[in-house]
Amino acid sequence: MREVRLSVNGQEYLRPVEARRTLADFLREDLDLTGTHLGCEQGVCGACTVLLEGEPVRACLLLAVQADGARVTTVEGMADGDRLHPLQEAFRAHHALQCGYCTPGILLTALAFLAEHPRPTRDEIREMLAGTLCRCTGYQFIVDAVAAAARTMSP
Amino acid sequence: MKPAPFVYHDPRTIDETLAVLDRHRDEAKILAGGQSLIPLLNFRLARPAVVVDINRLPALDGIREEDGRIAIGALVRQRRLELWSRQRFPLLADALGHVGHLAVRTRGTIAGSLAHADPAAELPALLVCLEGSVMARSAAGEREVHASELFVSPLTTSLRADELITEVSLPRPTEGAGWGFLEVARRHGDFALVGVAAVVAIAGDRIERVRLALFGCGSTPVRAIRAEATLAGQPPTPDAISAAAHDAAAALAPDGDLHATAAYRRSVARTLSARALGMAIHRARRSGG
Repeated sequence: MREVRLSVNGQEYLRPVEARRTLADFLREDLDLTGTHLGCEQGVCGACTVLLEGEPVRACLLLAVQADGARVTTVEGMADGDRLHPLQEAFRAHHALQCGYCTPGILLTALAFLAEHPRPTRDEIREMLAGTLCRCTGYQFIVDAVAAAARTMSP
Repeated sequence: MKPAPFVYHDPRTIDETLAVLDRHRDEAKILAGGQSLIPLLNFRLARPAVVVDINRLPALDGIREEDGRIAIGALVRQRRLELWSRQRFPLLADALGHVGHLAVRTRGTIAGSLAHADPAAELPALLVCLEGSVMARSAAGEREVHASELFVSPLTTSLRADELITEVSLPRPTEGAGWGFLEVARRHGDFALVGVAAVVAIAGDRIERVRLALFGCGSTPVRAIRAEATLAGQPPTPDAISAAAHDAAAALAPDGDLHATAAYRRSVARTLSARALGMAIHRARRSGG
């Protein structure tokens, strides 16, 4: 076991952890932050995507010990109290989720994407979404939601 | 599934890293970006007794421009190099844009992809096309391993278990040379069914030099030596391109699998070779070569 100190959504945590524990399992099992979902555990589906120092990473492909000293953002860190983040609001308004399993990973991927592309084209949004799998929506409403959020966030 | 237990080392110096590798040899796996190794651990397809994490070695995190080549440290992430190379080395940026997805490239390294040696991956083929090399260091010393000697079979390189890639050396195409990088995959970001990297230099009205490498259609990336020879010294006509693409495809022995038959792969290899060579010639002419 090792001591790991990291900041998740602005809160500091210090926990002992086994080296083989992935960051995704650490967030879910040790910190009880179950918003980060696990799908394929091989980096393909994107459900577990979180931000590490502001960059999107697959939490299933990172060991918790590797995140020692790092700043992590999960879906739990997006809303401001009861006020949803504009991206979350747009997902709700545009019906961009059904079962919601893939949604946390897509939200964080989109959050990092909009920081780099404040006024994205629909093609750019589609390319960004290629790294995440959704089996419910057919993606069209997700593209709509991200485009709408971009307009709200960078009018 | 979850990884089986292992002993974890995250050394703070290269010498300490090499000592750990020397001590554990075949028992140890090096962890860089983890985008290939950790899936193998998660599915217990790999069960190393020791994992040596090199992410705390900032000495391996540099990109250096040298005479005619760039030297890329073993920890440089694909995403960082992609952004770095957009203006400086567009062929490299284009190839990196095909590697996995953005959230994979933010962690994945160039050296890690080469060491993993997936025959359908982009970076090994690019190293072969550009005739690059890696520096391999062990407690016993350092040696340069050229692309032509690095890739042995699927997921297997000629590196020894006690060796660490410290740096990747990527020669730039000569001034005025054109390039083409194309692949066909089931979805953007997937491993290629077939991919092609081409670099062409033109002198006057003739093709001076060609480098053509294919991936996804052999047990390692394949240099299309015969096709290169077919084109060299020829005027860059559609017929010459077509003959070279034919030669490139004819020399392949692709496997069929559930994604694509061998015949389909060979057919795509021919089409992509012709297109990539055409693009490379077009770019070489535009730059006045």
